[in-house]
Formats: sequence, structure tokens, C-alpha cells
Amino acid sequence: MTADVQTGAGAPKAGSFAERAHLALDDKPLRANFRRAMDGLMAKRAAQFPDAADLAALRARGAAIKERALARLPDLLEQLEARCTGNGIKVHWAETTDEANRIVLGIFREHGVKTVVKGKSMVSEEMHLNAFLGEHGIQAIESDLGEYIIQLAGEMPSHIVMPCIHKNKGQIGALFAEHIEGQRYTEDVDELTAAARRVLRDRFAEADAGISGVNFAVAETGTLVLVENEGNGRLSTTLPPLHVAVMGIEKLVETLDDIPPLLALLPRSATGQPITTYVNMITSPRREGEKDGPREVHLVLLDNGRTRVYADPELRETLRCIRCGACMNHCPVYARVGGHTYDAVYPGPIGKILTPQIAGLDAAGDLPHASSLCNACVEVCPVKIPIADILVRLRREAVRPSASNAVKGAGGGWTLSESSAWAGWKWLHANPVLYRLGSRALALAGNLIPAGLPPLKAWTSVRSKPKFAPRTLHQLARDKGFDDA
Amino acid sequence: MHDSSGARARILSRLRAAPPAPAPALPDWRAPRFDAPARLDRFRTMLEAMKAEVHEVDAADWPRRLRTLLDNRGVRAVVHGDGSDAARQLAEAWSADPQAPRLVAYDRAIEQWKGELVHGVDAGVTAAVGGIAETGTLILWPTAAEPRLMSLLPPIHVALVEEDTIRDSFAEVILEQGWAGRMPTNVVLVSGPSKTADIEQTLAFGVHGPKELIVLVLKRSGGVRPIPG
Ligand code: SF4
Repeated sequence: MTADVQTGAGAPKAGSFAERAHLALDDKPLRANFRRAMDGLMAKRAAQFPDAADLAALRARGAAIKERALARLPDLLEQLEARCTGNGIKVHWAETTDEANRIVLGIFREHGVKTVVKGKSMVSEEMHLNAFLGEHGIQAIESDLGEYIIQLAGEMPSHIVMPCIHKNKGQIGALFAEHIEGQRYTEDVDELTAAARRVLRDRFAEADAGISGVNFAVAETGTLVLVENEGNGRLSTTLPPLHVAVMGIEKLVETLDDIPPLLALLPRSATGQPITTYVNMITSPRREGEKDGPREVHLVLLDNGRTRVYADPELRETLRCIRCGACMNHCPVYARVGGHTYDAVYPGPIGKILTPQIAGLDAAGDLPHASSLCNACVEVCPVKIPIADILVRLRREAVRPSASNAVKGAGGGWTLSESSAWAGWKWLHANPVLYRLGSRALALAGNLIPAGLPPLKAWTSVRSKPKFAPRTLHQLARDKGFDDA
Repeated sequence: MHDSSGARARILSRLRAAPPAPAPALPDWRAPRFDAPARLDRFRTMLEAMKAEVHEVDAADWPRRLRTLLDNRGVRAVVHGDGSDAARQLAEAWSADPQAPRLVAYDRAIEQWKGELVHGVDAGVTAAVGGIAETGTLILWPTAAEPRLMSLLPPIHVALVEEDTIRDSFAEVILEQGWAGRMPTNVVLVSGPSKTADIEQTLAFGVHGPKELIVLVLKRSGGVRPIPG
């Protein structure tokens, strides 16, 4: 255990998921921070949905709304573009994150933008937009309190809704004392919050542009819906003269009346709030005679592998996600290892199915295995994504002998030894004589196989070795008089 | 400007090449309903649970009530809309009184007085076009007369809402008022003061927007009026 691991900072670590998980499991402050947060979030969500039948109806509606939007996705994207354009919002399309970054940079260059304030946006994390802009001389300041904190710390978000959930107030107090001029060390949450307000107020006033994500885009009206509690999203999209919104192509709904049920699901599933403090609906730039709001609004639609996910009917369900984070709050793995262990923009169950599809199974093939398939995520997902089924599917795709085209990097996990082992297993089970011989042999000699050596070592390192019964099931059945056993 | 039409064509063609799936029908779902007395109760309870202050006041008398509330908080400058009804009523009630907070009209584009609005006013008064009982929510529909930042930059946000414009649910409001055909530049649902729980899930208020939200529910004697806007 090195000193920096004990900080609870949970900075991204190299190596495999399993290696990072071991480090996280030994990090006591980190585990305490997550345990406390997850317990609280689960209890709050449960309190928001007291009636199981109401919840079932609402989830069915939410899932169908997103499924319908996906079924009509290309048409709705065109409709969204036409409506936005008609309202005066400029729409751009990007196949890759690099393209999206260049589009944003191009807009900023055209306007001579030097500093930018950002509302929370997972897609911009996906693009690594801040780093990209920084390399090109544009400073992007995160204004969501949690994002601001991890930007000061130089870390990645560890949760998609609460990015600095891995830190406690002592760690944040120290960070502020170090980075904010005139700020003394304190653990007083109100004082820390006020310090951030003071610093960021000026940033908002000076910023040449604001960047935001989009929670829902309404094709019918060309409206961008943003939910938040702090008001930084409203400031980022109202105070600077220029607003650039970035969204994945799947964040679309068909009609405005699709919004209320989704709004009834998102904050309640995410943080156990009946509604967020602000629901900000943006339909156009400042119109003639209006006194504030940006004079230009741009919308960047990002693919980044989503069209490939879309091509497979089963995997397509991944794209229903409304990024509430409930799956991670309820995940026994996430709660123990924390968000950074996944070393990906999207951690937890949704990350385990999304990241390998976007980055490729060859690059992130261990993520679908970071699950016990306990189904907790599936039970809470407000849009009923069959996360466990998709995990199993991805595990299968990873070891396909001839790489199928369904998932990027499929077949990357194939090994001769594993594949032969399963072929042998199949052969044994399909052949009664061999099966009988094999099971008798194990009944007689199975208990002599040493637990601490391969091939059993990997299994027995965290479990006790199974004990073989002296007589097989078939033998026992025959003793009871089942003669065709 | 970057031309993204190639990316657009490729994205759309990949989506169109994917196996089609039938669009499902939407299963039934109903937003909750409330009776007349329960509606206002719910509106108030939900807002108060989110640390907003709710006062039921006589529609003719609200400027005087507001005066007391703001005096108690040491407010010195209040921003209001330019040419709105609320602004007129405020001016009538307060202008003769030298002790009253200074009234600042939002009568210029933001660029011309950003510094003052960002740092120099203590409260902003806006008129909500309606309320939502289910979630304790105000509907702000900013216009040229009532710009967007009035409800966001000052540390105290005062929202007026006519009692008879409070509806049960957001779903009902959108439908009843035909929003889909007339979305404005910006519409905001507000359900409390600005807040965050980013530090150890501890609630803190006023992180970026107003630290306090004061809701004045205006009561009128007389019949039900249609929702304006
Ligand atoms: S997969 Fe479901 S539960 Fe997880 S973030 Fe997405 S919508 Fe929420």
C-alpha cells in the first residue's frame, strides 16, 4: 500500500480492473466515502417511490418513450435539426470526439473566445474537451461544484451525477485552502460552498462562452432540456454571449409531453429528489428585444460509436439510458471499489455495458466481468435497460472465436485454452458414457485435487474448494429406483 | 465554419441501415391529481420541504408584505422587470417611501450593466406564469419585460404566483396551455433556492443562484381567471 493510495483521492491507476479494484478495496477512507454516499442515495430513492404499482407504470412509460425515440432516431434527429435551425440554433454533427472538439474549437476561434464556463456534461468528459481546449489556449472552467472540485484536484469524475463523491470535506477543505486565494482551511460545508460561489461568480461574468450538456432534446419543438440544482447550468447558458451544447445522438425524445414522465423518473432515481431545483428549457438564442441570454446557440450532435451500438437490436437498448446513476448507486461492486476503478468516463453498471461498446472489447473487455450479475441495476433502472443480459452478451462477444462485427474488438478475449476447455466441457456433457466416467472419476478422486495449485487456484483464492460427494447424482437416483437415470 | 454535412450523412445512413424496430405504443401513465384545498397545501409543503418560504398574501397588498420580508433581511436594492405589472405595483407602493429598498429596473441589455447585476443587487422580483402542486414548482416564462437573469443572479429570488394558476402536474400544464406550439426562448421550472449536495451529500444553499426563494401566493377574491401568457 503506497501513501498516495491511502488518501481516498482515487486517482486513475494503471493496470486491469482487478488490480485497481484491489487497491480501492484497501483504501479505507475511499470505501467509507462511497459506503456512506451509496447508503444515503439508496434510502432516498426508495422513499421517492413508495408505491410499487405507480413506479412500474412510470418505468414502463419511460422505457417506451426512449424505445420509441430510438425506433425513429434518424427521422427524429432530422426533425430536431430542422426545428433547432428554425429557432435559430446552429446544429453540427460529429462522428468522433476529435471532430466534435474541432467543431467546438472552430466556433470559439470565430468568436475570439478565451475563457469558457462549463455546466456539467458527461459528453464533454467523453470528448476530453477541457484538455483539448487547454491545448489550444482556451481555458474551460467547470462550474458545477463537484466538477470544480475535481478539476482543482486534477482528477476524473467518480460518479456521473455526483462527480466528487469519493472526497470528504477535509480533503475538499485542504484543496480549497491550497488553490483559492485567501481561503483558510475549513470543513464547514457552507463556507466551502460560499468560497466556490465567490470564485466562480467572477468567472461567469468574464466568460466569453458557456458549454453545457443536454439531458433531453425534444424533436417536436427543438428544445434542449437541462436539469440541475445549482444554477450553474442556467448561468452557463444565459450569462455569456455564446452557448455551445454538446449531446450524444441518443438523448432525444419525440414530443414535449414525453418530458414530464422522464422528469418524474430522472431526479427521483438519481438523488431521491422529487424534482431538480431547475429545469431549464432552451429553445432559441436571445430574440429581438430580449435583454439577456446568449446571442448564439450551437448544438453539437456526437456519434462516437453510438451508431454502431444502434446497429444491434439487443445492444441498442443501452442507448435508452438517461444517465441517472441509479445503477451505480445500487451496485455492490461500484459501492465497494468506487468510480475511478473503472478508469472510464462512465463507471458502474452503465459504464460496464457502454464503455466496452464505445472503446472496444479489446480495450475494455474486463469491464463486463466486473459484475456478479445480481440484477440490482436492472431492478432500479428507470428505463428498464436489461443491463445483466447485455453484460452476458458482451462476455460472449469478447470470446467469439471468429470476431463478429457486432461489437468493436469482439473476439479480442478469445484464448485457445479457454475455448478448448469449454469445447471439452460441451463434449463431456453431450456424451453419456464420457459424462458418467467423468463424474465417477471426480466422485472418487476429486477431493484429491490440490486447491492451491492451478487449475483451481484462481477459483479457490477467494472461495473454498467445492467438496465432491462420494456418489454421483445418477448413482443416488438409481439407488432410489429410477432405473433410466 | 466547420462543415459537418459529411458526418451528418454518414451518421444518418448508418442509423438507417440498422435493422428497423417497431415503435412501441406508450403505456398508460397518469400524473397525480389533487382537489382544490389539497392542491395549494401540496404546493406549499413541497416548496417548504425544499427550503423555500411560502406566504399567502392579498393580491392588492403584496408590495407591503414584501417590504416587511425584505426589510427583515436588510435588502437595499431590488431588481424588477421593465413595464411588468409587478414592477408598476412595486413602484406605486414603494416610491414615495425614502426608507424603501432602491428599485432597479431591468431596462437595458445585460451587456450594459453586467457588473451591477452580477454583484450589486440583493433581490429580484419575478412573476411566475403558474405553479405545479405535485413538485412544488414555479413556472417562469421570461420575456423582454422580465429577463432571465432576474431570477438567477440576486441572492434572494421573490416569485409571485396567482393562486388560481397553480395546477396539479407539469403534464397537465403542458397540455392545457399548448406549450408545444409556442415554446419561448427559455422557460424554467424553479423548485427552491439554488442548492448543492456535492460535498459529502450535505445540503448547502446559494451555491450559484439565489440562496433564498420567497414565494408569494397571490389570493384574489372573485372568480377563476385563465392562466396568462
Ligand atoms: S442504465 Fe439505467 S439506472 Fe443506469 S444511469 Fe442509465 S438510466 Fe440510470
